[in-house]
Amino acid sequence: MDQVIVIVDRLTESFILNCKLFALTLLFSLPLGLLISFGSMSRFYPLRWLMRTLVWVVRGSPLMLQLMIIFYGPGLLNMSYTWPAGDTGRFVAATVAFVINYACYFSEIFRGGIESIPRGQYEAGLVLGMTKSQIFFKVTLLQVIKRILPPVGNEVITLVKDTSLARIIANKEIIMMAGEYSSRGLIWPLFATGIYFLVFVGVLTILLDWLEKRLGYFRT
Amino acid sequence: MAILEVKNLGKSFGTLEVLQKIDFSLEKGESLAIIGSSGSGKTTLLRCLNFLEKPDKGSIMVNNEVIFDAMDPATQRESEVRKKRLHFGLVFQNFNLFPQYTVLKNVTLAAELLAKERPDYKQEKKAILNEIEDRAKRLLSQVGLSDKLDNYPHMISGGQQQRVAIARALALEPDILCFDEPTSALDPELTGEVLKVIRNLAEENTTMIIVTHEMDFARDVADRVIFMDEGVIVEQGSPQEVFDDPKEERTKQFLYRYKKDKGHSL
Repeated sequence: MDQVIVIVDRLTESFILNCKLFALTLLFSLPLGLLISFGSMSRFYPLRWLMRTLVWVVRGSPLMLQLMIIFYGPGLLNMSYTWPAGDTGRFVAATVAFVINYACYFSEIFRGGIESIPRGQYEAGLVLGMTKSQIFFKVTLLQVIKRILPPVGNEVITLVKDTSLARIIANKEIIMMAGEYSSRGLIWPLFATGIYFLVFVGVLTILLDWLEKRLGYFRT
Repeated sequence: MAILEVKNLGKSFGTLEVLQKIDFSLEKGESLAIIGSSGSGKTTLLRCLNFLEKPDKGSIMVNNEVIFDAMDPATQRESEVRKKRLHFGLVFQNFNLFPQYTVLKNVTLAAELLAKERPDYKQEKKAILNEIEDRAKRLLSQVGLSDKLDNYPHMISGGQQQRVAIARALALEPDILCFDEPTSALDPELTGEVLKVIRNLAEENTTMIIVTHEMDFARDVADRVIFMDEGVIVEQGSPQEVFDDPKEERTKQFLYRYKKDKGHSL
C-alpha cells in the first residue's frame, strides 16, 4: 500500500510537467498563431509565402521529429547558442517546439475563422468611420472566437495528450515516469496515467462547453 | 448650392467599365432615387461615394470641398479617407448589423469610438457618452424600435434590423444618407415598414440617395430620379419626367418591362 501511495505521488508530480507544458504552449501559441494567420493573409506576397511555407513544414512533419531537431539541432550545428543544461534546457526546448507546432495549427483555424466573417461586417465598420484595428477588435474578433471555438477546443484537447511526447527529449513527464515502473515489471502505473489525462480533458470539456454557452447569446 | 457634385466618375473592374462619365449633383435636403436593372452600376456608384471602391476617373465634391479626385493622389490618402467617409452614411441591402451587440449598442458603438478622438473626451467622458446614448434612443424611437433596445439582432425581424441599420447610419449625422436596395433582402410584407421610415426621412428633408427596385416608392418619395444602364446615366429628371415622359428608348424599355412584370400601370 505504501508503494502505491509513493507511485501515485510520483505520477502526480510528473504530471505537473505535462500541465506546465500545456499552459505555456497555449499562452504563447495562441497569440503567435494569430500573428502567423495575419501573415498568411497578408497582401505582401513574400510574407504570405513565408508563412504558408512555415505552416506547411510544421504541419507536414511529426511533432516528435520537431522536438528532436529543436533540442539537438543547435548543438549539432555547432551554433554558439545551445539550450541551458539539464532539465531546464529540455523543458524550454520542448516548450519552444510545442509553441511553434501549435501556433501553426491555430493560425490555420484563425485564418479560416477570420475569412468566414462576411465582408459586410468589415464594410459596415468602415462606413461608420472605424479604423481597421477597431473593426478587428470591436466587430470581428468575438464573431471569430465564437466560430472557431469548436476546432480550437479540439486542438486544445489534443495538446493535453501531446504533452507526453516531450519525453522524447527526456522530459520526465507522466508517461516517462510510468515507463520506468513498467520496465521494472510493474505495469499498472502506465495504465493509471490514462486517468490523469481523462480527468484533465474532462475538466477542459466542461470549460469549453461553458464558453460556448457564454457566446450563445448571439448568432453569426 | 449643391451639397454633392459628382463629375465624370468612372470605374472599371479589369476591362469591364462598370461606371462611365457619371455626372450629377444633389441639393441639400433633396432625395435622389437611382433606378436601373441589376448590373447597371447603381450599387458600384454608391460604393464609390462611400470609398468602398476607388473610382479610376473623375471627382467627388461635398460642400464645395473636393473629397476625391482621381488625378490627385493627395485626396486619396488612407488616413483621410476614414474621416471623409463620414460625409456619407450607408444602409446596406443585408443590414450588416453587428450580431454580438444589442440594438442600442449597434447604434452607439461607432459614435463612442469616434468620441475617443475628441480632445475633451477624458474630462467630459460621462456627458459625451450620455449624449450619444440619448441620441441613439431618440433615433431608435424615430424608427419605431424603442421597445427593442436590449434585443440582439437575431431576435428581431429583417424589417426591424434594417430600421436599426438606418438609425445606426443616422447616428453619425452624415451629410448624405445612401441606401443600397434597402428592401431587396426583405420579405414582401416587411418592406412597408422600412419604406415608411425612409419616406419620413424624406419628408424631414434628409439628403438621401436611394438605390432601389421599388418604382412606386421612388416615384413617390424622390425629388429626382436617375436611370442607369450599363454603367452610364441614361436619363435624369423629376419623377414625372422620368416615369411619365421618358425621353430615352432604354428608359422606356426598362419601365415597360417593369410595368409588365408588375402587371399594373405606373
